[in-house]
Amino acid sequence: MRAPVSDLPVTFKKASLRVGDVHLLSDIDLMLGTGAPTVLLGPNGSGKSTLLRLAMGLLAPTSGHISWGGRDAPGERLAMVFQRPAMLRRTAAANVDYALAKRDDARVTDLLTQVGLAPLAKRPARKLSGGEQQRLALARALARDPEILFLDEPTASLDPAATKAVEDIVQRIANAGVKIVMATHDIGQARRLAGDIVFLVRGRLVECADATKFFNSPATPEVAAFLRGDLVI
Amino acid sequence: MPDGASAFQLVFGGDPTLYAIVALSLYVSVCAVVLAALVALPFGAFLALVKFPGRTFIVVVINAFMGLPPVVVGLAVYLLLSRSGPLGSLGILFTPRAMIVAQALLVMPIIAALTRQTIEDLWAEYREELTALRVSPARRVTTLIWDARFSLVTTLLAGFGRAAAEVGTVMVVGGNIDGFTRTMTTAIALETSKGDLPLAMGLGMVLITLIIAVNALAWGARRLGEVRAG
Repeated sequence: MRAPVSDLPVTFKKASLRVGDVHLLSDIDLMLGTGAPTVLLGPNGSGKSTLLRLAMGLLAPTSGHISWGGRDAPGERLAMVFQRPAMLRRTAAANVDYALAKRDDARVTDLLTQVGLAPLAKRPARKLSGGEQQRLALARALARDPEILFLDEPTASLDPAATKAVEDIVQRIANAGVKIVMATHDIGQARRLAGDIVFLVRGRLVECADATKFFNSPATPEVAAFLRGDLVI
Repeated sequence: MPDGASAFQLVFGGDPTLYAIVALSLYVSVCAVVLAALVALPFGAFLALVKFPGRTFIVVVINAFMGLPPVVVGLAVYLLLSRSGPLGSLGILFTPRAMIVAQALLVMPIIAALTRQTIEDLWAEYREELTALRVSPARRVTTLIWDARFSLVTTLLAGFGRAAAEVGTVMVVGGNIDGFTRTMTTAIALETSKGDLPLAMGLGMVLITLIIAVNALAWGARRLGEVRAG
């Protein structure tokens, strides 16, 4: 059996995205490789979600280039969880089943168990709480057996208990060898999860560093200000 | 109130004339809605999902046609089906078939416009998720129609309500022939003008009951959807 083609590394070369006169992202040079989770950090509107959508192949850059494992198009083993995931009007189990290549009830049960939702398998997905919906979205993304999992502020509107549940799952997924690329504006969450940090401000990549180095000795005044709690606009 | 009492007697006494009219009305309206749905559901979904030059114009026209005057539709179908018309050779003018065609044309814009809006709204919600899941275009359509099924049932029932309550179109193309093309609405109009108020009132009661039942079904379908699918 032929080994599946890898989408790693995802490489941005001078990638920009402009809508009209607005530059959403400018000249991004970045390589997302294997290893610990990469966290995209920055204030609201800095371009984190846009960068994730480009990396997922949902948007195309207006200039520059993005490649996936050296290829110009993304492969099949990418998955994404959105800040507000759309729940299909079906049960929790049917939402997971939908993402599978072919029907497999045992796999659905396994995925729901991984995210702690097996007892709620038959409940309509839209009736679940926000935290449960995020965990279901994670199970649905995992159904694609991803090599890379993009997470767009998955805990932005969750309480601390739900946030911890999601973070624990993310950590387990990362430990299982899935590359996690996650956007957040929560410094504490970045400290807990990140292996690398990519810091963005107003669509520009300001700093990209190992998490320890990023937090202990920031190389740019913007990062230093952000870590101090100053408003970085 | 003797007329009212007589109307009740007709309805609950199983008057064959009244029930023949009710049966024909239901047959014509149900067939018209099915025929219209076969065209309008996929067309509405197409309009919701595919962008092409002139799409906005078509959407505006379809929306405007939701308020088509029934007699104008009746006249157009009459001209098409009359002996000297392009489809005169079919020989279906003043038959239930002509009434079905006319009602279907009347209902089609309603179903197409409401389907487009329903699918478009759902697509706006699902677009990124389905794209990220790499769902094929064909599966997107079936997913959207399935997930919108309860709203679409409401759409079909709205079309049925319009068809069942309509009088002008079927009067023009059906001719209101006793025992052959007489529906509830045309019979009410005729019997009222003749002064046979018990039959007109009896039919009116049945018609109103049907419309209430249709609305109850629409509400029930939506409620069932909320309970079962969220």
